[in-house]
Amino acid sequence: MKRIEKRKITNLIALSASILCAALGLALLFLILYHVLVKGLESFSLGLFTQDPAPPNRAEAGGLRSAFLGQGLLTTAAVLAGVPLGVLGGTFLAEYGRDSKFCRLLSQLCDMAVSIPSIVIGTFVYAMLVKPFGGFNGWAGATALAIIILPVVIRTTEEMMTMIPWTLREAAFALGAPYHKVITSVVWRASINGIFTGILLAIARVAGETAPLLFTSFNSSFFRFNLSGSVPSLTVSIYQYAASPYESWISLAWAAAFMVTIMVLFLNILGRVLIKLRTRG
Amino acid sequence: MKAAGLKNNIFKIVCAVSSVSILLIVAGMLVTLLVESLPAFREFGFFNFLTSSEWNYSQDIYGARRPIFGTLLTTALALIVSFPVAIGTAIFLTELCPEKLKGSIGTALELLSAIPSIIYGMWGLFVLAPFLEESVQPLIKKTLGNLPLIGSFFVGPLTGGVSLFTTSMILAVMILPFMTSISREAFNQVPPILKESSYALGATRWETMSKVVMPFTRLAVTGGATIAMGRALGETMAVAYVIGNRHAALDSIFSPYVTVTSVMANEFNEASGIKLSVLFALALILFMANFLVLSLSKKLLGSRS
Repeated sequence: MKRIEKRKITNLIALSASILCAALGLALLFLILYHVLVKGLESFSLGLFTQDPAPPNRAEAGGLRSAFLGQGLLTTAAVLAGVPLGVLGGTFLAEYGRDSKFCRLLSQLCDMAVSIPSIVIGTFVYAMLVKPFGGFNGWAGATALAIIILPVVIRTTEEMMTMIPWTLREAAFALGAPYHKVITSVVWRASINGIFTGILLAIARVAGETAPLLFTSFNSSFFRFNLSGSVPSLTVSIYQYAASPYESWISLAWAAAFMVTIMVLFLNILGRVLIKLRTRG
Repeated sequence: MKAAGLKNNIFKIVCAVSSVSILLIVAGMLVTLLVESLPAFREFGFFNFLTSSEWNYSQDIYGARRPIFGTLLTTALALIVSFPVAIGTAIFLTELCPEKLKGSIGTALELLSAIPSIIYGMWGLFVLAPFLEESVQPLIKKTLGNLPLIGSFFVGPLTGGVSLFTTSMILAVMILPFMTSISREAFNQVPPILKESSYALGATRWETMSKVVMPFTRLAVTGGATIAMGRALGETMAVAYVIGNRHAALDSIFSPYVTVTSVMANEFNEASGIKLSVLFALALILFMANFLVLSLSKKLLGSRS
């Protein structure tokens, strides 16, 4: 066989293999979405939002209204704590601490903190807020989620604000504005879309977090507007119900998994659309 | 004018305090984990704790060897399986895919890496585990199971698919979208002129990929794989469902086993005394390992530019 033919055949084999890899990988990933959608829709009913979980093996699976409420409360509390702190911190790194070595170190640290395994954060919060207070509580769960949000928001804020051209700030200084005014009414306004996208992505991330909640807010079946004591969440409910031997609880877990997936995908897509709007406008 | 300066200073201080909060949290985490795990290290000795395979509830003696080994082995297997598929997919996306599909497939991949790990875990338990046990396990048993010496390692009990093997596979699926995205980005950053020169010399597409593009992007791709490795090391929920959390010698890749994270997820809430301290020690080990892996990836990704 001629050398050129050999090379052509190798080329063909290698490229076919890469097409096969792509087909396999994409098929697997879409299979996951497919199963979550099909099994989730099968077990989905409006009762999911209004009822409490039924005891196992009844005809009616019941619902997860307490978990929806708990998840909402935990996420809201985490966002209220993590987002302002993150935006202000990111602002400092991008503006006042622009030239400081210490601040470069802080942003490196944020990159590290973003990928600390979430279960480690769970154990840390357990030692700080659960053990000393004698029991699982929602405040600890919200704190764990806030710790996950914080570095993400700091970094996106910093990145979005450094992208704003310096001349824009100079223009505002020339009008006699003090630095804090320049930041709040010029730089923030110019980068608001990017920062907001970062916040949405951070929320999407904590909406699916389970490990840090296992040792902090744990789970309960009570429907109440309160973060003291154990607080139920969708993700921990999925974890416990899916591992149970009862058909009806497993289908409840699929329904919850469906809702969590939809929420996470929705937040991600919304964030992308916002960024696109910004770059066009 | 003075009032404005005062306001500016207040704003500056508030911002500074917020940015330092991350340092306080990370440092606090390190100190807390150290303090909490000290009793375990004192009781068993640091190196003895790392190397002992004991996990005895009744005598309260624990060693970290099996969980650490389980975490390393599942992560390694996941990377071995996932890496070639990710590279193949990235080649497809940069070289072969029709222009119209490129954007949407890329976005889909990024969305898929945002899906929470508990969803992957649940899918692994109900779909992947039974499938692997029914279809893949007999196949591997027939082929690799006949190897001399190590053959028995590929023959295992039927456990409903709860095994080290299933865990590695679900981890492989989980890190796939992320690794593909990183490799794709790296491939896209190769200056077109390099590829054009290679084509001008008469190289085929595969030759251009393997001899020009891949060497050029080696560091970035390895860096991406290292980040993916960090994710796999610390992954909890996807692992907790399918590993089985069984403290026993590993006789086959189809047996249930333990990982650092599965022990923590399954045993933390009932633990007290020295056991709790042992689990904190595992958390500390995970924290440090993740730190090391990330520094490595930063070095790899940074040294290119």
